[in-house]
Amino acid sequence: MRQKLEYLKETPSQTAGPYVHIGLAPGAAGFEIYDQELGWDIAGPNAKGTRIRVEGVVTDGTGSPVKDVLLEAWQANADGIYAHPEHPGEVEDGFRGWGRVITDFETGEWGFDTVKPGPVMGRSGQMMAPHINLWIVARGINVGLNTRVYFEDEEEANAADPVLGVIEWERRRATLIARREARDGLAVYRFDIRLQGEDETVFFDI
Amino acid sequence: MSTPPKQGEFYQRDRRWHPPALSQDYKTSVTRSPKFPLISLENTASEITGPVFGHNDINATDNDLLSNFAQPGESPIGERIIVHGRVLDENARPVPNTLVEIWQANASGRYRHKKDSYLGALDPNFGGCGRTLTDENGCYHFRTVKPGAYPWRNWVNDWRPAHIHVSVFGSGFAQRLITQLYFEGDPLIARCPIVNTIPDPEAVEMLVARLDMNATIPLDTIAYRFDIVLRGRRSTLFENRLEGN
Repeated sequence: MRQKLEYLKETPSQTAGPYVHIGLAPGAAGFEIYDQELGWDIAGPNAKGTRIRVEGVVTDGTGSPVKDVLLEAWQANADGIYAHPEHPGEVEDGFRGWGRVITDFETGEWGFDTVKPGPVMGRSGQMMAPHINLWIVARGINVGLNTRVYFEDEEEANAADPVLGVIEWERRRATLIARREARDGLAVYRFDIRLQGEDETVFFDI
Repeated sequence: MSTPPKQGEFYQRDRRWHPPALSQDYKTSVTRSPKFPLISLENTASEITGPVFGHNDINATDNDLLSNFAQPGESPIGERIIVHGRVLDENARPVPNTLVEIWQANASGRYRHKKDSYLGALDPNFGGCGRTLTDENGCYHFRTVKPGAYPWRNWVNDWRPAHIHVSVFGSGFAQRLITQLYFEGDPLIARCPIVNTIPDPEAVEMLVARLDMNATIPLDTIAYRFDIVLRGRRSTLFENRLEGN
């Protein structure tokens, strides 16, 4: 008899359902229960770099906005350092790099304020262009979807980015580039996510 | 003295074990599932790192759903239960100090959510959410009430089995997981289109919490055990040498 490999299997994923807010953003579900909700302040007050806002809407295969989405953002600071013990370097006091946002129940719009991340060292010493990692869950999404927000005004870095470079269909790379809009002196990046259909956003198996 | 090997990349996710994005019988997935294949990505610092939580982020009583929304001296209605278990990785190593969050309907199957309009009664003493950190051995526990089953709009007469939603972080963003816990013996499990998005019956078994009489508190609270497994990791340095192991 062959020997067994003593590995466990990962717990299978299930949809977060329509009421994900109760657990992860109860204020949005309509009640106060915790002294503080998690993930509302991504960069903290001491973060260096350019303050930016990232906004968008998630649409389904019919082009309709998905109004019960929860998104989580994970990013490096302006120096390209993640607030994690395994990433070499220090981040500013209060910089967490993690955020949690939900869509407006009426319009499906979401948005968060942060600082623009710096380039991050990738594999084999190749630099990755500035990017924010996103994770998307909602009713009807069986396994959370991972994607990345890149920035329109980083043309040169984006062209050399090893992850964008892996996407064989060049025209699909554009789905990961947030469009820059200036609004009252603030840099706003528009990042619409299409779950399905024309110009479907690129999602990653990480 | 030797130092333990640095943790490296995560084992790839077994996509045939997880539900596929498109599951015809779970109707909402039909328009919300990507049609293009996911782009497979080798881990970088963006995936290996992830948010770190500490005891300052939560209150010690956030894991007690019997009291965290109840009026003083009051209790929610329903079967009082303990849900406990360990968060492990695929190498069967405990995942310590990680955030576990849960949410659920009350004993009548009603969520405290402004979008839930089910006929079941709201319980004034039950919020329906909790959160806790695993200890150094990966152990966690909650006190709550057993949620009720409820009907939902899928096929006309579909009912969700009693379930608790569970969200877990792990040490890297690539481990991020949301799942649902079901209860041993529930006849609705086998009929549920959401459960049945999972192709392998053995995978479904992993989502069924076991009645654990040894962990009950006599004349007080009945217990269920639910272990959670996150992705495992290779032991290698990730910055320079990725081929290790």
